Amino acid sequence: MKDLFKVVKRRIENNNKKGAVGKKANIPHNLLFKCSRCQTSIFMEEFEAAGNVCTKCNYHARIGALKRLKMTADEGSFEEYDENLTTKNPIDFPGYEEKIKKFQNSTKLKEAIITGECTIRGEKTVIGIMDSFFMMGSMGSVVGEKIVRAFERATEKKLPVILFTASGGARMQEGIFSLMQMVKTSAAVSKHSKEGLFYCAVLTDPTTGGVTASFASLADVTLAEPKVLVGFAGRRVIESTILKRLPDEFQSAEFLQEHGFVDMIVNRKNLRHVLNQLLIFHKQGEIEKWKKS
Amino acid sequence: MEKELTAWERLKIVHNPKRPNAYDLINGVFENYYEFQGDGYFGEDKAITAGIASFQKLPVTVIANLKGKNLEENKLFNFSMAHPEGYRKALRLSKQAEKFKRPIICFIDITGAFCGVDAEKRGQGQAIAKNIMEFMNLKTPIISIITGEGGSGGALGLGVCDELAMFENAVYSVISPRGAASILWKDPKKEEEAANTMKVTAKDMLNFKVADFIIKEPAKGADKDHVLMCENVVDYLIGALKRNLQKNVAMLLESRYNKFRKIGIFGE
Repeated sequence: MKDLFKVVKRRIENNNKKGAVGKKANIPHNLLFKCSRCQTSIFMEEFEAAGNVCTKCNYHARIGALKRLKMTADEGSFEEYDENLTTKNPIDFPGYEEKIKKFQNSTKLKEAIITGECTIRGEKTVIGIMDSFFMMGSMGSVVGEKIVRAFERATEKKLPVILFTASGGARMQEGIFSLMQMVKTSAAVSKHSKEGLFYCAVLTDPTTGGVTASFASLADVTLAEPKVLVGFAGRRVIESTILKRLPDEFQSAEFLQEHGFVDMIVNRKNLRHVLNQLLIFHKQGEIEKWKKS
Repeated sequence: MEKELTAWERLKIVHNPKRPNAYDLINGVFENYYEFQGDGYFGEDKAITAGIASFQKLPVTVIANLKGKNLEENKLFNFSMAHPEGYRKALRLSKQAEKFKRPIICFIDITGAFCGVDAEKRGQGQAIAKNIMEFMNLKTPIISIITGEGGSGGALGLGVCDELAMFENAVYSVISPRGAASILWKDPKKEEEAANTMKVTAKDMLNFKVADFIIKEPAKGADKDHVLMCENVVDYLIGALKRNLQKNVAMLLESRYNKFRKIGIFGE
């Protein structure tokens, strides 16, 4: 009888030996993708083949702006706007320049958004894509200015705007300058809208804070990718304020749709088609053409 | 000649679960329907479906009351009884249509706006009132079609328009026959009598100049032939859209105002 648990005992002993844990976890770290929504691990290969989507729960994980551009725009059609706007340190925030440099190296981007013109299956549009890997896509002076200029050019050229939002919100390191970007971006949306031009926001993971509270919520048509996080205040902030645990689906795209703020939830693989169709619907002059037909 | 159906008999046809609902009509009449959700304030109301679609290559905004074909669907669509957020979604998308100068096409088939505590808390009355007022001023043509029941204020929330058409068997009324019977005679069982007394049929509405057009139904009701019904709607819409897109905005708004301004019978 005393040997009944021999195997288990040996295993426990082995596990407690120094270095054993390290040895056991000796798996290449990028072999598996662990979904932050359903906690399932799937092979990285499978995850990437699905376009960075969890094949188990359909959570649409974050992708960088360059990859997104490649997925969305017609090949070779993209002409970038304002690529040389540079980030300053307006409130002399300690270590800000170094931080920017670090993210410029890791993402190959100059700031947290790229803007420009492109075609989507032949339909011309102004496009902006935020990148959550660049300081969590936070909005400082450069991001704000690039968005405003993109809308201004679209207004001038009578083009629609498609914005992929991904942001933690206003950038703390630029203080009040970040907050004021909310105003100027919203004003630019309004000017574009008054000309009868079309603006479509695509909410991607995560869209929060000052971005939700400005241009991301002001589109004619608001799309979102499945299961992405969208909200104003962060979950932890709310939980510690109201001292209650929040339900899992809180602030998901689906939660937002149920509460009236999202027009359509669209799978990543269908986005190009849907955007193309929306651009066609909102082409100027279609109604005049019909009247004459 | 066939005997004229009574309002009650027409109501029976209208209540047939096989009668084409909003999705049947939308799929049969338009192409590329993209459904947009949410009022942008509080919620999404499945009792009203709304979005953009293409009508013979013309971009239009479609707003429609939804009735289910079975219990499950009816639970989801709340038996077509819309909440304030449904009306607010309709208004949001109407404003969007106005911005892009798209004509608006409404399909009305509603028993009545939902009566309940939450609907009241969120301002059911105010939501309908707002729609009436705002629809009156939308700078784009609005064509409304009552396809089944035009139930009271609930129908008016989508009922202010440049042209009102009604399916042959559709009804439009200030209250449901059952409601009328219980208010007038304190006996809901007298609903048949109420229906036949209240003058609610499409023909009545045409006589009263409340409706402008009757869209013919297949023999014995729209449920018998969805394809033919949709064809009739298409034929009607081509004419209605041409008529109303011709008018400039000032003319459009003036004639819309006058259309309703004239209604009322009195001695002086």
